[in-house]
Amino acid sequence: MKQPDPLSRVLYIDLTSKRFWVRQRDDLFSRYLGGSGVATQLLLEECPPGCDPLGADNPIILAVGPLTGLYPLASKTIAMFKSPHTHNLGESHCGGRSAISIRLAGYGAIVIKGASRLPLYIAIHGNEVYFRNAASIWGLENSFTVGRVLRDNEPGSGLRSIMRIGAAGEKLVTYSSVVTESYRHFGRLGLGAVFGSKKIKGIVISGKHSLPVSDIKAYRQSYDEIYQTAVTSPLMKKYHDLGTAENVLPLNSLNGFPTMNLTSTQFKEAANISGEAFAERYLGRRLACSHCPVGCIHIAALREPYADEAYFYKTDMICYDYEPIYSLGSMLGIGDATAFLKLMEQIEIFCIDAMSTGVVLAWATEAQQHKLISTEHTLGLELKWGDAGTYMKALRLIINQPNQFYQALAKGVEYASSIYGGREFALSFGGNEMPGYHTGAAAHVGVVAGTRHSHLDNAGYSLDQKALSKGQNLTPQEMAESLVAEERWRQVLSSLVVCFFARGIYTPEKVISTLKSAGFFLSLHHLDAIGREIYQAKYRFKMQEGFSLDNLKLPSRIYETPSSSGKIDPDYVRACLTHIKKIIQE
Amino acid sequence: MKLMVTDSQRCVGCQLCMFACSRRQGEVGLSEACLGVRSIGGMEKGFSVIICRACPDPPCARVCPNQALTPRQDGGVRFNPDQCIGCRNCQKACLIGAVYWDDDTQKPEICIHCGYCARFCPHGVLKLVDGEGAVK
Repeated sequence: MKQPDPLSRVLYIDLTSKRFWVRQRDDLFSRYLGGSGVATQLLLEECPPGCDPLGADNPIILAVGPLTGLYPLASKTIAMFKSPHTHNLGESHCGGRSAISIRLAGYGAIVIKGASRLPLYIAIHGNEVYFRNAASIWGLENSFTVGRVLRDNEPGSGLRSIMRIGAAGEKLVTYSSVVTESYRHFGRLGLGAVFGSKKIKGIVISGKHSLPVSDIKAYRQSYDEIYQTAVTSPLMKKYHDLGTAENVLPLNSLNGFPTMNLTSTQFKEAANISGEAFAERYLGRRLACSHCPVGCIHIAALREPYADEAYFYKTDMICYDYEPIYSLGSMLGIGDATAFLKLMEQIEIFCIDAMSTGVVLAWATEAQQHKLISTEHTLGLELKWGDAGTYMKALRLIINQPNQFYQALAKGVEYASSIYGGREFALSFGGNEMPGYHTGAAAHVGVVAGTRHSHLDNAGYSLDQKALSKGQNLTPQEMAESLVAEERWRQVLSSLVVCFFARGIYTPEKVISTLKSAGFFLSLHHLDAIGREIYQAKYRFKMQEGFSLDNLKLPSRIYETPSSSGKIDPDYVRACLTHIKKIIQE
Repeated sequence: MKLMVTDSQRCVGCQLCMFACSRRQGEVGLSEACLGVRSIGGMEKGFSVIICRACPDPPCARVCPNQALTPRQDGGVRFNPDQCIGCRNCQKACLIGAVYWDDDTQKPEICIHCGYCARFCPHGVLKLVDGEGAVK
């Protein structure tokens, strides 16, 4: 091999002093693999207890894993920070070319500390790090334009990742996102605002290091096995064909598709915004993350005439997935696919979390219906289910925050409802807006007890559906144990930065065999222990920042609207949470 | 045999071909890749797949001052690294940018048209073909 494995090299960047340095952190990578495991430890090291998430003290940590660059489907970058949205553990995963670029630039993790007074972007090309003046692009609200400018100004075409923020991050909307490669996101929990608070407009990273493997012959063989499984297995077919939008019709027919702020779980116009409808009418291109053969990223081509000039058109390429279809479609009563796509495009331009935005607008609509807020608050807007044009105007006002009401909306539904009322229908779980599943108790318990309040923490929605299809009634203890076991295993996968869509391919046995090529010789027992330790470490951070399973208040709406599994019993939910607390304390 | 791009519009930008090329040469990563996939002005526009076209009269060989590159029978060139002085003339002579560079050895990465990359293209963008039809 040309050089030793750069995985354990951590690049530290101090924005305040404009300095950077590299430390070997074998201590972390040998024990926690990489990704979530290493990032959690770096967060515990670098984030002072009780720090202001939008202050200079809050670090941004980006980490990749030992399989990144070695095997397909291990191409996620894990971002960790203190979330300005929940004021607690901020963890967000992103694909695109980000992970490959970080690994091949020669790093396993990057820690960004301090804050700059001057707007800048950071260019990392292998061992070289540059602080570039970004004053001329600060204030550019369109993330696509920012991407184009950075592309034109930096080397490394085809070997780089370009992370950037739009207007939402600059304006410190607490659920603003960071976008990479136009269509992949650090979507949830407000990494965009943390970038904005540090005056980082973007990060460009490129490199083409070689990576060592322990036995090239065995490596090639195991690579071929993973590749063959990925391209032939039915496990990936769903993501390959219709993409995640495939979930729309099944969830709708199961009464699990949250509609109009979860006043219903069936959307009568679901067929118009289904994966099938988008594929038939709009699908214009499919894309993949680097080193992933699946190509789950589905891009719609939207051709629109200009109103003011005949025979004058534009064609925009807009990404769609299940979660935005739920949050900006059914949740807002928007069943017109074109209207959904226009709203989605604006979300991408501003770089704001699609899921939280949809839930915020849905809450505001209902709050206006209940007269908790008036047109004085909304500056003349009358929010109505299905009225995409008005939602588009409201979105811009959330970004610009011209009054206290929109300033409150820019902090999410938990905050807004604490001021204006309507907590019972403010669909927030642990401070984060709900994902698109009302399948049963596990979906909501999973999100509220999950370490980052994401449906992907432990896939409670999947547990509900499995129990439903088998006719099982899980006891609260069984549900708690299943959710925690799944979340612990997912700590291993996200430390390897394996895409959760590939969880059926990367079985524990497969993880052990692929890790051998990366120089890790671990047993099932080791993996289990690592997953447990990371899970506990995340909860340690959460407790340190004031999280408690005791004082969680869930919106009563989830108990009123029947789920796929019928009405959810609040006592059952409480019992599940009690068991989860017991497991964490053991 | 020659490598050809059947339809770059089918490319999803996964770069598995590039990883395969490095792997065939005993390396892991992208440092040895003899082909490239890059976006055409952002992912929204799709991708260019840049491979050696196996020119019948390869300019890279013509400009090599030390016969490190010599034309091969089916088009394209053979590379003899012992003869290469790292002048980069070959890279400059290739208009489509299909001569890649190894920063460690300071020598070009030259496609040998083995087709290993095509085996790992999940969407049929790359193909190994016989004869003249390949030059497209």
